[in-house]
Amino acid sequence: MDALPLSEPGANLPAPTVHASLRGVTRIYPGSPPVHALGPIDLDLAKGEFFAVIGPSGCGKSTLLDVLAGLSAASDGQVTFEGKPVAGNVPEGVGVVFQEDASFPWLSVSDNVAFGLRRAGVDPAEIKRRVDYAVGFMGLRDFARAFPMQLSGGMRQRVCIARTLVMQPRLILLDEPFGALDQQTRLLMGDELLRLWRETQATVLLITHALDEAAMLSDRVGAMSARPGRFVDLVETGWPRDRDSTLVAEAGFGALTARLWSHLRAESIKAIGGGRA
Amino acid sequence: MNYGRKVLLARFALIVGAIALLELLCRTGVINPLTLLAPSAMAAAMVQVIASGQVTSDIIRTFSTVAIAFAASVVVGIAAGALLHAIPRLRRAMDPLLASYYAMPFFVFYPVLVAFFGLNAMPLIAIGFAAAMVAMLISTLNGLDRVPPVMLKVARMHRLGRLRTLFLVVVPAAAPSLMTGTKLALAYAFISIIAGEFILSGKGLGYQIAYAYNSFDNRTMYGLMLFVLLVVTVMNSLLHVWEQRLLRRRSRA
Amino acid sequence: MSATVAAPARVRRTTRRNFDQLLIVLVLLACWQGAYEYAGSVAVTSPAGTVAYAASMLGQMWFWGDVGATAIAFAYSLLIASVLGVALGLALGLWRFAADVTEPVLAALYTIPKVTLYPVILLLFGLGLSAKVAFGVIHGVIPITLFTLSAVKGLPPVLLRTARAMRLSPVQTILWVLTPAVLPEIFTGLRVGFSLTLLGVLIGEMFASQRGLGFLIINGINLHNVPLTTAVVLVIVLAAIGANVALLAADRHLRRQR
Repeated sequence: MDALPLSEPGANLPAPTVHASLRGVTRIYPGSPPVHALGPIDLDLAKGEFFAVIGPSGCGKSTLLDVLAGLSAASDGQVTFEGKPVAGNVPEGVGVVFQEDASFPWLSVSDNVAFGLRRAGVDPAEIKRRVDYAVGFMGLRDFARAFPMQLSGGMRQRVCIARTLVMQPRLILLDEPFGALDQQTRLLMGDELLRLWRETQATVLLITHALDEAAMLSDRVGAMSARPGRFVDLVETGWPRDRDSTLVAEAGFGALTARLWSHLRAESIKAIGGGRA
Repeated sequence: MNYGRKVLLARFALIVGAIALLELLCRTGVINPLTLLAPSAMAAAMVQVIASGQVTSDIIRTFSTVAIAFAASVVVGIAAGALLHAIPRLRRAMDPLLASYYAMPFFVFYPVLVAFFGLNAMPLIAIGFAAAMVAMLISTLNGLDRVPPVMLKVARMHRLGRLRTLFLVVVPAAAPSLMTGTKLALAYAFISIIAGEFILSGKGLGYQIAYAYNSFDNRTMYGLMLFVLLVVTVMNSLLHVWEQRLLRRRSRA
Repeated sequence: MSATVAAPARVRRTTRRNFDQLLIVLVLLACWQGAYEYAGSVAVTSPAGTVAYAASMLGQMWFWGDVGATAIAFAYSLLIASVLGVALGLALGLWRFAADVTEPVLAALYTIPKVTLYPVILLLFGLGLSAKVAFGVIHGVIPITLFTLSAVKGLPPVLLRTARAMRLSPVQTILWVLTPAVLPEIFTGLRVGFSLTLLGVLIGEMFASQRGLGFLIINGINLHNVPLTTAVVLVIVLAAIGANVALLAADRHLRRQR
């Protein structure tokens, strides 16, 4: 695996070192009355780890991602990335893939992917090499000149992933990136995500509402409570690094999702305003 | 033959058919030629009037007035739209005014403006500007409202500054609305300025049509009328084609 | 508990908004007064003078005669433009091919300066009520058609499929599914059509009539009667804005229901 354009030289560090951490992080939206959306949260992400977050809808999963990415500031507590505090700005080396379709409809697929590199003033030959690789990696080679509106939802999300990973992020944050896709496509996209993670050796935090997705993809799953979101359980999956969606047939898989659901069920009932169910 | 072709062909047939029907009705005397000139006679009159050069100064006058009003309204409309978008409190306060703006029959201000500026091009520029600018402003607001928040997040992820976010993300994302605003602004500037010339001015194409009408010069009147309609239609079509070209890839192929 | 906390904040917001809007009205009045100070009474009358003149005008019979003339022409125009526009819009909207053929033509007709057609209208209808009405109709009918058409075209196909699944007849479908579904958009079209039809009628009155508010304006101009012109302009603008505010409120109410 030498000279892959998606990985930084010298990224093969021995695990585990703390790559990003949250200490006592809360997020309270001001207003009358103020809304306590998140926390307090304590979490360490090990370098190269694949961490998944599940939780009932509205529990503050996306808020957690925004705070970790520096897209919004924590009301209280400390966020650090590679030892430096994160506050209100996205640090270099962090890439985000959003739930909504964020492809730029006015740019072709390859121009979308090249967007960040051009802004960073990377040498054109280098841009071409990295864009070609990322476009090929995400299976978009035949559509490089197409425009997003000519593609399916799944393809557009691949464009967004390629646009993020071409920047060689060391920490990749994904906010329900496959939320709008059908089940089969999700499983296949999950395989690609695992491939990407292995190849780039990046740290990945994936937010999802799908139990099986969390259980299949990650090294560790954090289950969150209803709002204000806190971690009620952290589960080590114990899967080998070299894995794919055939895991769903493993004996331990059912037990794992059952454990996650046991937490999530009660919290989801709270989140939908139940208590009767 | 595919659907798009069929539509184009049918539209062409519709327009040609309407003109041919009118021609037929006039030629057979069903419509009194004193009331309405046959389309062929109208076209001939138009060529003759334009070629004679007697209205050249009016053409220049009208087009330059429209051009000034249009350019000013696009610039000011975009700037004012951005300002209102940036200051929600001002926008909320202005909202009823904007919502009712086009319910106002503007041309009723002509007399006031003529008394104010005198009988020169200024009152017409002002009226054209007033009619066009708010359309541009409202379109700008719509466009800025429709920039998906996630795209601004992408801009922050790429750590773009304010200016680069504006030109690389916000403007392209708002482009369809800005385009609509531009088209409306041109049409509204034209409509109000021609109407103003018609009612009050002593110069311009609108005035020449009114003058020909009052002196029972039907040939000149219909020739000029056809000229104005053709010019406006061609201009709007050009803008439409330009818009389609810019936005083509952004709609489903 | 949250309601008791939120209520004063909402009241404060509304108060501030009313204050801001009042401020804008005051700024507009100040501009008017400034224009009067600058140009003098040959151009405009002062806000106070205009209001006083308008108030005395409202007490006179001749004024109401002109208002009546405009109102009758406007009522006919609006009725014809609405019926014609909605019917045409529904028919074209349901026949997809016809809609695709005619929509750009209608949009082009919307953008032409219709005032140039005024001699033709006069030659066809002669001076008087019918010319005014025709003028109002040609201004108002196209936007009403276009709004109705795009509402029907934009109808989610699943609604029509639901109607078929429920085995509704075409008439039942139009009555109980199509019409309620497109009603808010049609109302918006009628609101826009309302303003434009009024505009058309007033322009028509400026040349094609010896009665009506449009005639009063052009008469005021010709006789250099600045107080009359300014007062009539004020009355028209206030009436147009007032009607639009009421229609807008009804429009928003219709849309909020869904």
